[in-house]
Amino acid sequence: MNYNWNWHIFFEPNPTGAGTYLDLLVSGLWLTIKTALLAWIIALIFGTIIGILRSLPSKAASWISFCYVEFFRNMPLLVQLFLWFFVLPELLPRTAGLWLKQLPNAPFWTAAIGVGLFMSARVAVQLAAGIASLPRGQKQAATALGLTTTQGYRYVLLPMAFRIIMPPLTSEFLNTVKNTSVAITIGLIELTGQARAMQEFSFQVFEAFTAATIMYLAINIIVVTGMRFLERSLAIPGYITGK
Amino acid sequence: MKHRQIIGCLLAGALCATPAMAQELTGTLKNVKETGAITLGFRDSSIPFSYLDDNQKPVGYAMDICYKIVDAVKKELKLDKLEVKLNPVTSSTRIPLLANGTIDLECGSTTNNAERQKQISYTNTHFLTASRYVTKKASKINAIDDLKGKSVVSTAGTTNIKQLTEANAARGLNINIIPAKDHAEAFLMVETDRAVAFVMDDILLASLVAGSKAPDDYTISKDAFSKPEPYGIMLRKDDPAFKKVVDAATSALYTGGEAQKIYDKWFTQKIPPKGLNLNTPISAELKNEFAKPSDSPDPDSYK
Amino acid sequence: MFGNLDFDVIRRSLPYLFLDGMSFTLMLTGLSALGGLVFGTLIALMRLSSYKLLGRIAGLYVDFMRSLPLVLVIFWFYFLVPYIGQWLTGASRPIRVGAFTSSLVTFIMFEAAYFSEIMRAGIQSISRGQPAAASALGLTYAQSMRYIVLPQAFRNMLPVLLTQTIVLFQDTSLVYVLSIPDFLGAASKVAQRDGRLVEMYLFAAAVYFVISCLASWGVRRLQARIAIVR
Repeated sequence: MNYNWNWHIFFEPNPTGAGTYLDLLVSGLWLTIKTALLAWIIALIFGTIIGILRSLPSKAASWISFCYVEFFRNMPLLVQLFLWFFVLPELLPRTAGLWLKQLPNAPFWTAAIGVGLFMSARVAVQLAAGIASLPRGQKQAATALGLTTTQGYRYVLLPMAFRIIMPPLTSEFLNTVKNTSVAITIGLIELTGQARAMQEFSFQVFEAFTAATIMYLAINIIVVTGMRFLERSLAIPGYITGK
Repeated sequence: MKHRQIIGCLLAGALCATPAMAQELTGTLKNVKETGAITLGFRDSSIPFSYLDDNQKPVGYAMDICYKIVDAVKKELKLDKLEVKLNPVTSSTRIPLLANGTIDLECGSTTNNAERQKQISYTNTHFLTASRYVTKKASKINAIDDLKGKSVVSTAGTTNIKQLTEANAARGLNINIIPAKDHAEAFLMVETDRAVAFVMDDILLASLVAGSKAPDDYTISKDAFSKPEPYGIMLRKDDPAFKKVVDAATSALYTGGEAQKIYDKWFTQKIPPKGLNLNTPISAELKNEFAKPSDSPDPDSYK
Repeated sequence: MFGNLDFDVIRRSLPYLFLDGMSFTLMLTGLSALGGLVFGTLIALMRLSSYKLLGRIAGLYVDFMRSLPLVLVIFWFYFLVPYIGQWLTGASRPIRVGAFTSSLVTFIMFEAAYFSEIMRAGIQSISRGQPAAASALGLTYAQSMRYIVLPQAFRNMLPVLLTQTIVLFQDTSLVYVLSIPDFLGAASKVAQRDGRLVEMYLFAAAVYFVISCLASWGVRRLQARIAIVR
């Protein structure tokens, strides 16, 4: 392979004047984590609302949630980000659009919201499935105890459902982390973007991508291990997830 | 003694020349001969060097030069037919794709500098241009320092974004630098007010402005981030046989006056897709370079 | 709001968008799904095999691929495939691989990790008695897989496999980062050339939406039919 390997490149100064190439990648890693966390919070909030709607007996509620899920699931994430970033500001009144476009960190907010909404459809489906998997008696018992629907969801159904869907949620969170990399197309310089920038500045393609790969693997391992602990500590003894 | 050595070399050369030709093909030439195909890398929107016309076919000044090089390669290898494959590249992918053999020549607007010459080679310079920025007149940016704290876009993987990054650090401008995939995308960022300025080679900026919906809205800076730097067509490094053929082809093209015609076609006449005329007659420096073709990365050597 | 939009730009570029762009996207989707399924099934068989080492390797491959963002994998492969080709064929220099082949290899390798998990679940859903009966009948491992287990696993998992293919169809849009003219790439080229981002991206979104919706509706119907037959 006629390629000039240079692993010392990580410790050479980068052209931004702030530290080494390794610092560049680490700053990308933080941005990936920050974007993913914000996106995940958005995904959980909207996913929960839509997931609950999906599980309600009301026709209207399930129609709304069906449309929501289909809308976000049937378009590539990249296209969705383009819609939020390039199309939305042009369709708004001029001043509002201009304000949106000139927000500092516009790519960050667009990416977090775009990825968050995209993932929320998946969270909603998981949650609805989780709620549906609960024995019907749970809901009936809640009603019999005099809990309102809201209280039933808040104190009985959701705590159980979320415990059940913890493993799929872990992998959806990891998907959120991975999906933030799509935002390089709207100018977010997260980990993949910094690896690419490093490749462009230093010409050391494979070193840059190797480092980014290792960082993504590390995120994965840490999240999976962390979630296992969380699952165990939240498990209810004697119940499905209690084992 | 010395004379005898030279004569010896010449003799040996003359004796071996004919049979060796066919056998000792190396590198790109060998590959081209074996596969009967050569791959050119082209750009989406490096107007008028290499860009897509109305039929989405790559055309341009650098493409024309590349086709001349292809002719020379075909002649050198004595091929009846040489298939030309086209592969899109961006500023960010062009060097790795050249190194890994996906493309054989990169026909675009690539700045030739000493740092890149460590990775790849260039044939003789086909243009000289300085790095500047375009802004909307309405945003009243008069100097590089006015960009302080603003969002500025440049194309990822270019020397321009590197110069911008370095100037940003050196002058403490605190500019928010947005990397774009290609020039057209970067220019649209300025057109839609997402960035106040686009830092790029001035000729590319001029073409983008001329082709925009409202050319009068824009102004290209007097301030430059660099001296006029040479553009070259890239080829793989450490491939002297191929470089010799390519250099000979471009030299013949430039000194023979044919390059001037190609230049005029793209810079002083209407070009596709919109019938734009860039009205940029050849500069004295480039004229000099055409007379004495060079692949030097040093901007000062073209004065 | 839509006053200064020019939807004619879409009509003018339709042939390019569909004949070049969409055909690239569909071809890439179809071939990657096939390749991914074949390769994914092999990985699933490795994972379930009685050779521990084979299972470990397959497991590592799946976990590795599933940890990485597709964008990064696309970059990796576009730059690396020619070197892999050189290594595989023992050539003296990197093999020339075009944009299409390179993306195809990328998606096959990447999707295989996902397809293998589906196929693994499918194979495990077949009751143990079946391969046992097959081996009692004198069928070899290969025969029992080929004639008994895999056809059923494939059939049971068909809706899931198709759903994954719809995801794959959407994911192919990411080759945009390499400037390859797939459907989205073609749309963006026109959009950027003519300064018509809003029109082209809305149109692209609508096309992806309609195709994916129709496809997932088809999958739901198929699922219902299979469920009844079973």
